[in-house]
Amino acid sequence: MTTLRHPLPFRVRLGGGLALAIILMLTLGALVVVAMRAGEAGALTVPDWRALRFTIVQAFLSALLSVLLAIPLARALARRRFWGRDTLTSLLGAPFLLPVIVAILGVIAVWGRSGWIADGMGALGLGKLNVYGMPGVLIAHVFFNLPLAARLILQGFSDLSPERWRVAAQLGIEGRALFWVNEWPAIRASAPGAFALVFLVCATSFAVALALGGGPRATTLELAIYEAASYDFDLGRAALLAGLQFAVCAGAALLALAVQAPVTASPGALTLVERWDGRGRWARWRDAGIIGAVCLFLGAPVLAVALRGVAGLDDLGPQVWAAAGRSIAVSALAVALTLSLATGLAALIAALHSRGSASAARLADVAGMLPIAASPFVIGIAFIIVLLPVADPFALALPLTAIVNAAMALPFALRILTPAIKLAHDEHGKLADTIGLSGWTRIRVLYAPRLRRPMGFAAGLSGALAMGDLGVIALFSTPDAPTLPLLMHLLATSRQVDAAYGAALVLVALSFGVFWLFDWLGRRR
Amino acid sequence: MITVENAVIARGGFTLAASLSVPAGEICAVIGPSGSGKSTLLEAVAGFLPLTSGSIRVDGTEIAALPPAERPVTLLFQENNLFPHLNVARNTGLGLRPSLSLTATEKRAVADALGEVGLGDYGARLPAELSGGQRQRAGLARALLRDKPVLLLDEPFAALGPALRQEMLALIERLVRERSLAVLMITHTPEDARAIAGLTAVCMEGHIDGARATADVFADPSPELAAYLGVITPPD
Repeated sequence: MTTLRHPLPFRVRLGGGLALAIILMLTLGALVVVAMRAGEAGALTVPDWRALRFTIVQAFLSALLSVLLAIPLARALARRRFWGRDTLTSLLGAPFLLPVIVAILGVIAVWGRSGWIADGMGALGLGKLNVYGMPGVLIAHVFFNLPLAARLILQGFSDLSPERWRVAAQLGIEGRALFWVNEWPAIRASAPGAFALVFLVCATSFAVALALGGGPRATTLELAIYEAASYDFDLGRAALLAGLQFAVCAGAALLALAVQAPVTASPGALTLVERWDGRGRWARWRDAGIIGAVCLFLGAPVLAVALRGVAGLDDLGPQVWAAAGRSIAVSALAVALTLSLATGLAALIAALHSRGSASAARLADVAGMLPIAASPFVIGIAFIIVLLPVADPFALALPLTAIVNAAMALPFALRILTPAIKLAHDEHGKLADTIGLSGWTRIRVLYAPRLRRPMGFAAGLSGALAMGDLGVIALFSTPDAPTLPLLMHLLATSRQVDAAYGAALVLVALSFGVFWLFDWLGRRR
Repeated sequence: MITVENAVIARGGFTLAASLSVPAGEICAVIGPSGSGKSTLLEAVAGFLPLTSGSIRVDGTEIAALPPAERPVTLLFQENNLFPHLNVARNTGLGLRPSLSLTATEKRAVADALGEVGLGDYGARLPAELSGGQRQRAGLARALLRDKPVLLLDEPFAALGPALRQEMLALIERLVRERSLAVLMITHTPEDARAIAGLTAVCMEGHIDGARATADVFADPSPELAAYLGVITPPD
């Protein structure tokens, strides 16, 4: 059978080609730039090896803890029905939008030297609690990723056919037997992906290591890149570390690919399967204990930020509002870039897919996923190396931060947009061809109605991520013109902690606000 | 004997009001358009949906408040009745005891049940290695081991070709006679009802008003049923 191969429309080739070129430049191009510069640094030193080892060990432990704790949580949420369960499962998607620095401040307020737990232990005459280093990094990472992993495993439970849970209920299969007939297959299908995803996220951890780690024993590669570039201004060493970081991420990305890990668990509602097991008293108490403990673990830092933040609102000065303005600008620019890149690339992938060029479509898709392997600091260092001879990268701090954030959000946006365009092609593409819909009318009639919601959602995600980003901005920015997350970090480390917590409330409002705004724009009729 | 009396079942925005009664040894076909509430009835009888009001009795005992496992009924779904990673014998054995280890006597009972549905040599196979019809027969073997007086069939042959369908209908008819089961069987094809069901209940727009003799139902269809079946009713 021969397939008809229509030439791709010009705008698809142009838009898709441009997006593809930009994304390849930002990822593989950055790698080449970094590799060329890395030569001058010489061999890896002992601190470099330490940073590599710490990066891998903490990412491994973070992923392991998150997934191991997520399994009983997901099971408890799946089989208990209680008031607020749906709200709680929706909230499990919220940490994805929560700015990292806010969560860090929350974790410090609860677990830090003068935090709630240290106070409690002091009152009881127990020893001191020191979370800085590996414990703090793990607490913060589990705070972020336990909900993510729990949602993925809940999704795994829901992916089993509903009949399987009903057959089990009818046959009275409980406990260990139920674990083997249903839960274990669902966990085996979802947990490796969750593990790989958390590992990947934690392998590029910067802000958490900056605030809670640091020192020779708890420095991640991203932090080491930052220190080499900012403190020592040794671009060769930074480039060498960036190459190492790329290798770690690429390895983790291959692992994720091998277990077919999802790009993320998106926020929003989750359909839960109905289950009839676990009616016994022991099971009820155990589930209640697990859900309660997790609520406390996740809720306490949020509550702490809220309480201290309200008290700190009075300390907010004009610098906070100026920084907020910069963050809004970065966020808006990142949204525009993410949407342009993702739409161009998604249209190209869908067009290639629908005319039967499956392998070309897959290649374009893989290119769109490359930012997962290139960490923010790899791209950031490449920018500095390239720009330094011709321009002042520090004067371009905001646009550069927006570009890096757009690249990082691209895989999410692609995963959201591509299926929508493909669906439009599959369902009505032939009809549109038959009646000769083309050009602007085709976009308006065939694509626009189906793309509004996913575009709004993708824009919201990328806007919130850029708003709360504390990553490469630390590399580019000068202390007198920080974004809001960077300002919060500066305040928190310069004994203006109250103002930092006050600013945290502003940042949370901005991050969730921008997500809500774009998502609403997409849903609005 | 199963009796559903003035049962009201709510599911999302949909409500089903159902009354019907099927004596032991009888098969009652439930026919009607998709979305009319046929599956809702079976799910409520099996305990997967709560009753808003009314009652469901099996041999005189009220079962509406019991959890699914304690109800004297077995529901066979259209598909996915077997756990894909367990072999046929283990899947069937779950009907005897909800654990994954069986005694030698229980294993013999499993083999007998598989023999009864013509799967005697298939105990060691995985569900994916069976045809659709064979998988449904394994589900029936499990129902036999559960030994409950009421059997619920939710379009169990929808995915089968005509020949397998005939075979399955014959098998069910035989089992019902031997074991004196009361059966509710959802079907889209009037032929299935005519072939083995003595009774037929019509489900229209969320209402089931009793079961009647199948011959009568098709000889004198209500206007809605006639429209659904596509038969032309003579003008009065």
